[in-house]
Amino acid sequence: MISGTRPLRRWHWVHKWSSIICTVFMLMLCITGLPLIFHHEIDHLLHEEVDPSVVPPGTPKANLDQAVANAMAKFPGQVPHFLIFDRDEPNALLISIGPTIKSSPVDNRFARVDTHTGAFLDSPDVTGRFTYIMLKLHTDMFAGLPGKLFLGLMGILFCVAVISGIVVYAPSMRKLRFGAYRKDRPRIVRRLDVHNLAGILLVMWTLVVGFTGVINTWADLVLKAWQYGQLAEMTAQYKGREIPAKLTPVEEAVRVAQQAIPHMQPAFVSYPGTLFTSNSHYAVFMRGDTPVTSRLLKPALIDAETGKLTDSRDMPWYVSTLFLSQPLHFGDYGGMPLKIIWAILDIITIVILWTGLYLWLRRRKPAASAARASASPQRIEGQAVTS
Amino acid sequence: MTMLKTPPVRATRQTLSQIFGWPLVIGVLSTIGLVAALVGDGVWDGVSWLALLLPILLYALFLLRPPR
Repeated sequence: MISGTRPLRRWHWVHKWSSIICTVFMLMLCITGLPLIFHHEIDHLLHEEVDPSVVPPGTPKANLDQAVANAMAKFPGQVPHFLIFDRDEPNALLISIGPTIKSSPVDNRFARVDTHTGAFLDSPDVTGRFTYIMLKLHTDMFAGLPGKLFLGLMGILFCVAVISGIVVYAPSMRKLRFGAYRKDRPRIVRRLDVHNLAGILLVMWTLVVGFTGVINTWADLVLKAWQYGQLAEMTAQYKGREIPAKLTPVEEAVRVAQQAIPHMQPAFVSYPGTLFTSNSHYAVFMRGDTPVTSRLLKPALIDAETGKLTDSRDMPWYVSTLFLSQPLHFGDYGGMPLKIIWAILDIITIVILWTGLYLWLRRRKPAASAARASASPQRIEGQAVTS
Repeated sequence: MTMLKTPPVRATRQTLSQIFGWPLVIGVLSTIGLVAALVGDGVWDGVSWLALLLPILLYALFLLRPPR
Protein backbone atom coordinates (compact mmCIF):
# COMPACT_ATOMS: atom_id res chain seq x y z
CA MET A 1 0.00 0.00 0.00
CA ILE A 2 1.60 3.21 -1.16
CA SER A 3 -0.04 5.38 1.48
CA GLY A 4 1.67 3.36 4.15
CA THR A 5 5.18 4.07 2.92
CA ARG A 6 7.44 6.28 4.94
CA PRO A 7 7.79 9.36 2.72
CA LEU A 8 4.04 9.52 2.28
CA ARG A 9 3.45 9.24 5.99
CA ARG A 10 5.76 12.20 6.41
CA TRP A 11 3.79 14.22 3.88
CA HIS A 12 0.60 13.38 5.76
CA TRP A 13 2.26 14.57 8.95
CA VAL A 14 3.42 17.80 7.27
CA HIS A 15 -0.05 18.42 5.80
CA LYS A 16 -1.74 17.79 9.13
CA TRP A 17 0.47 19.97 11.30
CA SER A 18 1.02 22.88 8.90
CA SER A 19 -2.76 23.01 8.47
CA ILE A 20 -3.61 22.72 12.16
CA ILE A 21 -1.34 25.61 13.09
CA CYS A 22 -2.45 28.03 10.38
CA THR A 23 -6.14 27.16 9.87
CA VAL A 24 -7.69 29.46 12.50
CA PHE A 25 -5.64 32.42 11.26
CA MET A 26 -6.30 31.55 7.63
CA LEU A 27 -10.05 31.47 8.35
CA MET A 28 -9.74 34.93 9.91
CA LEU A 29 -7.73 36.15 6.89
CA CYS A 30 -10.26 34.76 4.38
CA ILE A 31 -13.20 36.28 6.25
CA THR A 32 -11.62 39.72 6.72
CA GLY A 33 -10.18 39.62 3.20
CA LEU A 34 -13.61 39.12 1.63
CA PRO A 35 -14.94 42.66 2.29
CA LEU A 36 -11.49 44.11 1.54
CA ILE A 37 -11.81 42.97 -2.09
CA PHE A 38 -14.66 45.49 -2.35
CA HIS A 39 -13.34 48.14 0.05
CA HIS A 40 -13.82 50.99 -2.44
CA GLU A 41 -17.43 50.04 -3.08
CA ILE A 42 -18.16 49.46 0.64
CA ASP A 43 -16.63 52.79 1.67
CA HIS A 44 -18.61 54.52 -1.02
CA LEU A 45 -21.81 52.90 0.20
CA LEU A 46 -21.31 53.40 3.94
CA HIS A 47 -19.70 56.83 4.08
CA GLU A 48 -20.67 60.24 2.78
CA GLU A 49 -18.05 61.74 0.53
CA VAL A 50 -17.94 65.15 -1.08
CA ASP A 51 -17.71 64.43 -4.80
CA PRO A 52 -15.18 66.34 -6.90
CA SER A 53 -16.61 68.38 -9.78
CA VAL A 54 -17.23 66.49 -12.99
CA VAL A 55 -15.19 68.05 -15.78
CA PRO A 56 -14.80 67.43 -19.53
CA PRO A 57 -11.64 65.55 -20.47
CA GLY A 58 -8.64 67.79 -21.02
CA THR A 59 -9.63 70.29 -18.33
CA PRO A 60 -6.41 71.76 -16.87
CA LYS A 61 -5.49 70.75 -13.34
CA ALA A 62 -5.31 73.16 -10.45
CA ASN A 63 -1.93 74.36 -9.23
CA LEU A 64 -0.71 71.76 -6.73
CA ASP A 65 0.64 74.33 -4.27
CA GLN A 66 -2.71 76.09 -4.22
CA ALA A 67 -4.54 72.77 -3.74
CA VAL A 68 -2.21 71.80 -0.87
CA ALA A 69 -2.57 75.26 0.71
CA ASN A 70 -6.37 74.92 0.56
CA ALA A 71 -6.19 71.62 2.44
CA MET A 72 -3.59 72.79 4.95
CA ALA A 73 -5.81 75.76 5.89
CA LYS A 74 -8.03 73.15 7.57
CA PHE A 75 -5.07 71.75 9.54
CA PRO A 76 -3.30 74.77 11.07
CA GLY A 77 0.17 74.03 12.48
CA GLN A 78 0.43 70.69 10.65
CA VAL A 79 2.41 69.69 7.56
CA PRO A 80 1.83 67.69 4.38
CA HIS A 81 3.76 64.39 4.17
CA PHE A 82 2.56 62.88 0.91
CA LEU A 83 0.43 63.65 -2.13
CA ILE A 84 -1.36 60.65 -3.61
CA PHE A 85 -2.76 60.62 -7.14
CA ASP A 86 -5.33 57.83 -6.80
CA ARG A 87 -5.70 55.80 -9.98
CA ASP A 88 -9.28 54.91 -9.08
CA GLU A 89 -10.31 58.51 -8.34
CA PRO A 90 -8.43 60.78 -10.74
CA ASN A 91 -10.62 63.81 -9.94
CA ALA A 92 -9.51 63.99 -6.32
CA LEU A 93 -6.04 64.45 -4.87
CA LEU A 94 -5.28 62.85 -1.51
CA ILE A 95 -3.00 64.68 0.90
CA SER A 96 -1.53 62.82 3.87
CA ILE A 97 -1.02 65.20 6.79
CA GLY A 98 0.94 64.80 10.01
CA PRO A 99 1.58 66.98 13.12
CA THR A 100 5.29 67.41 12.27
CA ILE A 101 7.38 66.39 9.25
CA LYS A 102 9.17 63.67 11.27
CA SER A 103 6.05 62.25 12.97
CA SER A 104 5.06 58.68 12.12
CA PRO A 105 2.77 58.65 9.07
CA VAL A 106 0.82 55.74 10.57
CA ASP A 107 -1.46 58.20 12.39
CA ASN A 108 -1.73 60.68 9.51
CA ARG A 109 -5.02 62.30 8.51
CA PHE A 110 -6.11 62.42 4.89
CA ALA A 111 -7.53 65.44 3.14
CA ARG A 112 -9.15 65.28 -0.29
CA VAL A 113 -9.00 68.20 -2.68
CA ASP A 114 -10.53 68.66 -6.12
CA THR A 115 -7.87 67.95 -8.76
CA HIS A 116 -9.21 70.59 -11.14
CA THR A 117 -10.48 73.40 -8.92
CA GLY A 118 -8.06 72.81 -6.05
CA ALA A 119 -10.96 73.20 -3.60
CA PHE A 120 -10.90 71.32 -0.30
CA LEU A 121 -13.43 68.45 -0.38
CA ASP A 122 -13.29 66.64 2.97
CA SER A 123 -10.98 64.94 5.45
CA PRO A 124 -12.71 61.73 6.51
CA ASP A 125 -11.51 59.97 9.65
CA VAL A 126 -11.08 56.46 8.29
CA THR A 127 -9.95 54.83 11.55
CA GLY A 128 -13.45 53.94 12.74
CA ARG A 129 -14.56 52.53 9.42
CA PHE A 130 -15.57 48.91 8.91
CA THR A 131 -13.04 48.51 6.10
CA TYR A 132 -10.27 49.99 8.28
CA ILE A 133 -10.97 47.49 11.07
CA MET A 134 -11.02 44.63 8.55
CA LEU A 135 -7.76 45.90 7.04
CA LYS A 136 -6.03 46.12 10.42
CA LEU A 137 -7.19 42.63 11.39
CA HIS A 138 -6.12 41.32 8.01
CA THR A 139 -2.66 42.91 7.94
CA ASP A 140 -1.43 42.83 11.54
CA MET A 141 -4.33 42.09 13.95
CA PHE A 142 -3.67 45.54 15.53
CA ALA A 143 -0.24 44.24 16.63
CA GLY A 144 2.07 46.25 14.36
CA LEU A 145 5.11 44.72 12.71
CA PRO A 146 5.22 41.61 14.95
CA GLY A 147 1.58 40.93 14.04
CA LYS A 148 2.40 41.31 10.34
CA LEU A 149 5.38 38.98 10.47
CA PHE A 150 3.37 36.45 12.48
CA LEU A 151 0.62 36.40 9.85
CA GLY A 152 3.38 36.06 7.23
CA LEU A 153 4.57 32.94 9.03
CA MET A 154 1.01 31.58 9.02
CA GLY A 155 0.94 32.30 5.28
CA ILE A 156 4.12 30.27 4.77
CA LEU A 157 2.55 27.37 6.69
CA PHE A 158 -0.52 27.71 4.50
CA CYS A 159 1.64 27.38 1.37
CA VAL A 160 3.31 24.32 2.92
CA ALA A 161 -0.15 22.89 3.61
CA VAL A 162 -1.21 23.45 -0.02
CA ILE A 163 1.93 21.81 -1.43
CA SER A 164 1.78 18.83 0.96
CA GLY A 165 -1.92 18.66 0.13
CA ILE A 166 -1.05 18.04 -3.52
CA VAL A 167 1.12 15.08 -2.46
CA VAL A 168 -1.45 13.46 -0.18
CA TYR A 169 -4.14 14.04 -2.81
CA ALA A 170 -2.65 11.19 -4.87
CA PRO A 171 -3.25 8.22 -2.52
CA SER A 172 -6.67 9.64 -1.67
CA MET A 173 -7.67 9.60 -5.34
CA ARG A 174 -6.14 6.30 -6.42
CA LYS A 175 -9.50 4.66 -7.02
CA LEU A 176 -11.52 7.77 -7.63
CA ARG A 177 -12.20 9.67 -10.80
CA PHE A 178 -11.22 13.33 -10.98
CA GLY A 179 -14.01 15.36 -9.40
CA ALA A 180 -15.54 12.41 -7.56
CA TYR A 181 -18.19 13.45 -5.04
CA ARG A 182 -19.81 10.49 -3.29
CA LYS A 183 -23.18 11.98 -2.42
CA ASP A 184 -24.67 8.87 -0.88
CA ARG A 185 -21.82 8.23 1.55
CA PRO A 186 -21.52 9.36 5.19
CA ARG A 187 -20.87 13.00 5.90
CA ILE A 188 -17.17 12.51 6.61
CA VAL A 189 -16.62 10.94 3.18
CA ARG A 190 -18.51 13.76 1.50
CA ARG A 191 -16.44 16.34 3.36
CA LEU A 192 -13.26 14.55 2.31
CA ASP A 193 -14.39 14.63 -1.32
CA VAL A 194 -15.23 18.35 -1.12
CA HIS A 195 -11.88 19.04 0.55
CA ASN A 196 -9.98 17.13 -2.15
CA LEU A 197 -11.96 18.60 -5.02
CA ALA A 198 -11.86 22.24 -3.91
CA GLY A 199 -8.26 21.92 -2.76
CA ILE A 200 -6.97 20.57 -6.06
CA LEU A 201 -9.08 22.94 -8.21
CA LEU A 202 -7.82 26.01 -6.37
CA VAL A 203 -4.17 24.97 -5.96
CA MET A 204 -2.65 27.72 -8.11
CA TRP A 205 -4.89 30.49 -6.85
CA THR A 206 -4.41 29.65 -3.16
CA LEU A 207 -0.65 29.34 -3.65
CA VAL A 208 -0.36 32.66 -5.49
CA VAL A 209 -2.67 34.62 -3.21
CA GLY A 210 -1.10 32.96 -0.14
CA PHE A 211 2.47 33.62 -1.14
CA THR A 212 1.91 37.18 -2.40
CA GLY A 213 0.22 37.81 0.96
CA VAL A 214 3.39 36.59 2.67
CA ILE A 215 5.47 38.98 0.54
CA ASN A 216 3.18 41.83 1.54
CA THR A 217 3.88 41.17 5.22
CA TRP A 218 7.51 42.03 4.47
CA ALA A 219 6.62 45.49 3.08
CA ASP A 220 8.06 47.35 6.08
CA LEU A 221 11.32 45.40 5.79
CA VAL A 222 11.47 46.03 2.03
CA LEU A 223 11.01 49.76 2.66
CA LYS A 224 13.86 49.71 5.23
CA ALA A 225 16.11 47.83 2.81
CA TRP A 226 15.36 50.39 0.08
CA GLN A 227 15.96 53.34 2.44
CA TYR A 228 19.37 52.02 3.49
CA GLY A 229 20.18 50.75 -0.01
CA GLN A 230 19.16 52.59 -3.15
CA LEU A 231 17.75 55.72 -1.50
CA ALA A 232 20.91 56.17 0.62
CA GLU A 233 23.04 55.77 -2.51
CA MET A 234 20.99 58.26 -4.50
CA THR A 235 21.15 60.89 -1.75
CA ALA A 236 24.67 60.17 -0.42
CA GLN A 237 26.05 63.67 -1.05
CA TYR A 238 23.07 65.20 0.80
CA LYS A 239 23.63 63.15 3.95
CA GLY A 240 23.28 65.01 7.26
CA ARG A 241 21.61 68.08 5.72
CA GLU A 242 18.68 69.85 7.35
CA ILE A 243 15.33 70.29 5.62
CA PRO A 244 15.55 73.57 3.60
CA ALA A 245 13.76 76.52 5.21
CA LYS A 246 12.07 77.41 1.95
CA LEU A 247 10.95 74.62 -0.38
CA THR A 248 10.66 74.73 -4.15
CA PRO A 249 6.94 74.71 -5.10
CA VAL A 250 5.71 71.11 -5.31
CA GLU A 251 4.04 71.95 -8.64
CA GLU A 252 7.52 72.72 -9.99
CA ALA A 253 8.97 69.48 -8.57
CA VAL A 254 6.25 67.36 -10.23
CA ARG A 255 6.69 69.22 -13.53
CA VAL A 256 10.46 68.59 -13.53
CA ALA A 257 9.88 64.90 -12.75
CA GLN A 258 7.37 64.61 -15.57
CA GLN A 259 9.78 66.23 -18.03
CA ALA A 260 12.50 63.80 -16.97
CA ILE A 261 10.24 60.74 -17.40
CA PRO A 262 7.75 61.85 -20.05
CA HIS A 263 6.09 58.45 -20.63
CA MET A 264 4.99 58.12 -16.99
CA GLN A 265 2.49 59.85 -14.70
CA PRO A 266 2.98 61.03 -11.10
CA ALA A 267 1.55 58.55 -8.60
CA PHE A 268 2.90 59.77 -5.31
CA VAL A 269 4.95 62.67 -3.93
CA SER A 270 6.98 62.38 -0.74
CA TYR A 271 7.86 65.71 0.90
CA PRO A 272 11.46 66.41 2.02
CA GLY A 273 12.14 64.81 5.41
CA THR A 274 9.51 62.06 5.12
CA LEU A 275 9.85 58.28 4.95
CA PHE A 276 10.47 57.84 1.23
CA THR A 277 13.08 60.51 0.61
CA SER A 278 15.94 62.55 2.11
CA ASN A 279 15.75 65.87 3.98
CA SER A 280 16.77 67.64 0.78
CA HIS A 281 14.53 66.11 -1.87
CA TYR A 282 11.02 65.79 -3.04
CA ALA A 283 10.64 62.19 -4.24
CA VAL A 284 8.15 62.08 -7.10
CA PHE A 285 7.17 58.45 -7.77
CA MET A 286 6.05 57.93 -11.34
CA ARG A 287 3.91 55.14 -12.79
CA GLY A 288 3.23 53.79 -16.28
CA ASP A 289 -0.20 53.17 -17.78
CA THR A 290 -0.42 49.40 -18.32
CA PRO A 291 -1.58 47.10 -15.47
CA VAL A 292 2.02 46.04 -14.80
CA THR A 293 3.85 49.33 -15.30
CA SER A 294 1.24 51.23 -13.27
CA ARG A 295 2.39 49.15 -10.28
CA LEU A 296 6.12 49.54 -10.83
CA LEU A 297 6.86 52.99 -9.44
CA LYS A 298 9.97 54.90 -10.45
CA PRO A 299 11.24 57.68 -8.17
CA ALA A 300 12.58 61.00 -9.44
CA LEU A 301 14.45 62.93 -6.77
CA ILE A 302 14.09 66.71 -7.05
CA ASP A 303 16.38 68.97 -5.02
CA ALA A 304 13.94 70.93 -2.84
CA GLU A 305 16.16 74.04 -2.83
CA THR A 306 17.13 74.33 -6.49
CA GLY A 307 14.17 72.48 -8.03
CA LYS A 308 16.58 70.40 -10.17
CA LEU A 309 16.38 66.67 -10.83
CA THR A 310 19.29 64.97 -9.05
CA ASP A 311 18.63 61.28 -9.75
CA SER A 312 16.05 58.81 -11.05
CA ARG A 313 16.43 55.05 -11.12
CA ASP A 314 14.32 51.95 -11.53
CA MET A 315 13.64 50.41 -8.14
CA PRO A 316 15.57 47.27 -7.12
CA TRP A 317 14.13 43.79 -7.71
CA TYR A 318 12.92 43.32 -4.14
CA VAL A 319 10.77 46.46 -4.34
CA SER A 320 9.45 45.48 -7.79
CA THR A 321 8.58 42.04 -6.42
CA LEU A 322 6.59 43.67 -3.62
CA PHE A 323 4.81 46.01 -6.07
CA LEU A 324 3.86 43.13 -8.40
CA SER A 325 2.74 40.91 -5.53
CA GLN A 326 0.15 43.48 -4.49
CA PRO A 327 -2.33 43.17 -7.38
CA LEU A 328 -1.93 39.38 -7.35
CA HIS A 329 -2.96 39.41 -3.70
CA PHE A 330 -5.74 42.02 -3.89
CA GLY A 331 -7.32 40.89 -7.20
CA ASP A 332 -7.85 44.54 -8.17
CA TYR A 333 -6.27 44.38 -11.62
CA GLY A 334 -9.05 43.05 -13.83
CA GLY A 335 -12.16 45.09 -13.16
CA MET A 336 -15.27 44.14 -11.20
CA PRO A 337 -15.61 40.62 -12.75
CA LEU A 338 -12.16 39.68 -11.42
CA LYS A 339 -13.07 41.03 -7.98
CA ILE A 340 -16.20 38.85 -7.95
CA ILE A 341 -14.18 35.82 -9.05
CA TRP A 342 -11.67 36.61 -6.29
CA ALA A 343 -14.51 36.70 -3.75
CA ILE A 344 -15.93 33.33 -4.87
CA LEU A 345 -12.47 31.72 -4.80
CA ASP A 346 -12.01 33.18 -1.32
CA ILE A 347 -15.28 31.60 -0.19
CA ILE A 348 -14.28 28.22 -1.66
CA THR A 349 -10.98 28.55 0.23
CA ILE A 350 -13.03 28.97 3.41
CA VAL A 351 -14.78 25.70 2.47
CA ILE A 352 -11.37 23.99 2.10
CA LEU A 353 -10.24 25.26 5.51
CA TRP A 354 -13.54 24.35 7.13
CA THR A 355 -13.75 20.81 5.71
CA GLY A 356 -10.09 20.26 6.61
CA LEU A 357 -10.75 21.33 10.18
CA TYR A 358 -13.84 19.08 10.29
CA LEU A 359 -11.91 16.05 9.01
CA TRP A 360 -9.19 16.55 11.60
CA LEU A 361 -11.65 17.00 14.49
CA ARG A 362 -13.66 13.94 13.51
CA ARG A 363 -10.63 11.74 13.06
CA ARG A 364 -9.11 12.51 16.43
CA LYS A 365 -12.28 11.70 18.38
CA PRO A 366 -12.01 8.10 19.63
CA ALA A 367 -15.80 7.70 19.43
CA ALA A 368 -15.62 8.41 15.76
CA SER A 369 -13.24 5.60 15.02
CA ALA A 370 -15.71 3.99 12.66
CA ALA A 371 -16.02 7.18 10.71
CA ARG A 372 -12.28 7.52 10.84
CA ALA A 373 -11.82 4.15 9.23
CA SER A 374 -14.32 4.96 6.53
CA ALA A 375 -12.57 8.23 5.76
CA SER A 376 -9.09 6.85 5.41
CA PRO A 377 -8.37 6.35 1.75
CA GLN A 378 -7.27 2.74 1.98
CA ARG A 379 -10.46 1.66 3.66
CA ILE A 380 -12.63 3.60 1.30
CA GLU A 381 -11.08 1.75 -1.56
CA GLY A 382 -11.46 -1.54 0.27
CA GLN A 383 -15.11 -0.97 1.05
CA ALA A 384 -15.92 0.17 -2.40
CA VAL A 385 -14.53 -2.94 -3.95
CA THR A 386 -15.55 -5.55 -1.41
CA SER A 387 -18.78 -4.46 0.31
CA MET B 1 -22.75 -4.62 -7.28
CA THR B 2 -21.29 -1.71 -5.34
CA MET B 3 -19.33 -0.75 -8.37
CA LEU B 4 -22.59 0.01 -10.14
CA LYS B 5 -23.91 2.02 -7.21
CA THR B 6 -20.81 4.15 -6.86
CA PRO B 7 -19.75 5.07 -10.34
CA PRO B 8 -16.95 7.50 -9.36
CA VAL B 9 -15.03 4.65 -7.77
CA ARG B 10 -12.82 2.73 -10.14
CA ALA B 11 -11.84 -0.85 -9.64
CA THR B 12 -8.41 -0.33 -11.11
CA ARG B 13 -5.80 1.91 -9.57
CA GLN B 14 -5.03 5.06 -11.41
CA THR B 15 -1.54 6.06 -12.37
CA LEU B 16 -0.10 9.38 -11.19
CA SER B 17 -0.58 10.91 -14.62
CA GLN B 18 -4.25 9.90 -14.55
CA ILE B 19 -4.65 11.43 -11.08
CA PHE B 20 -2.82 14.66 -11.85
CA GLY B 21 -3.72 15.09 -15.54
CA TRP B 22 -6.75 17.34 -15.12
CA PRO B 23 -5.36 19.16 -12.07
CA LEU B 24 -2.29 20.01 -14.13
CA VAL B 25 -4.37 21.42 -16.98
CA ILE B 26 -6.43 23.49 -14.53
CA GLY B 27 -3.27 24.67 -12.77
CA VAL B 28 -1.73 25.87 -16.03
CA LEU B 29 -4.97 27.63 -17.06
CA SER B 30 -5.20 29.28 -13.61
CA THR B 31 -1.66 30.56 -13.99
CA ILE B 32 -2.51 32.02 -17.40
CA GLY B 33 -5.60 33.59 -15.84
CA LEU B 34 -3.63 35.13 -12.98
CA VAL B 35 -1.03 36.63 -15.31
CA ALA B 36 -3.25 37.69 -18.25
CA ALA B 37 -5.00 40.63 -16.57
CA LEU B 38 -1.59 41.93 -15.45
CA VAL B 39 -0.32 42.00 -19.03
CA GLY B 40 -3.02 44.21 -20.47
CA ASP B 41 -6.63 45.38 -20.41
CA GLY B 42 -9.58 44.48 -22.60
CA VAL B 43 -9.08 41.02 -24.14
CA TRP B 44 -6.47 40.15 -21.52
CA ASP B 45 -8.99 40.80 -18.75
CA GLY B 46 -11.46 38.53 -20.56
CA VAL B 47 -8.92 35.70 -20.77
CA SER B 48 -8.25 36.14 -17.06
CA TRP B 49 -11.97 35.97 -16.15
CA LEU B 50 -12.59 32.85 -18.20
CA ALA B 51 -9.51 30.99 -16.98
CA LEU B 52 -10.21 31.74 -13.31
CA LEU B 53 -13.93 31.06 -13.67
CA LEU B 54 -13.13 27.49 -14.78
CA PRO B 55 -12.26 26.04 -11.34
CA ILE B 56 -15.39 27.69 -9.89
CA LEU B 57 -17.61 26.17 -12.57
CA LEU B 58 -16.01 22.73 -12.19
CA TYR B 59 -16.48 22.91 -8.42
CA ALA B 60 -20.17 23.66 -8.84
CA LEU B 61 -20.58 21.08 -11.60
CA PHE B 62 -19.05 18.20 -9.65
CA LEU B 63 -20.98 18.95 -6.46
CA LEU B 64 -24.33 19.55 -8.15
CA ARG B 65 -24.43 16.92 -10.89
CA PRO B 66 -27.05 14.25 -10.30
CA PRO B 67 -25.75 10.79 -9.33
CA ARG B 68 -25.52 8.59 -12.40
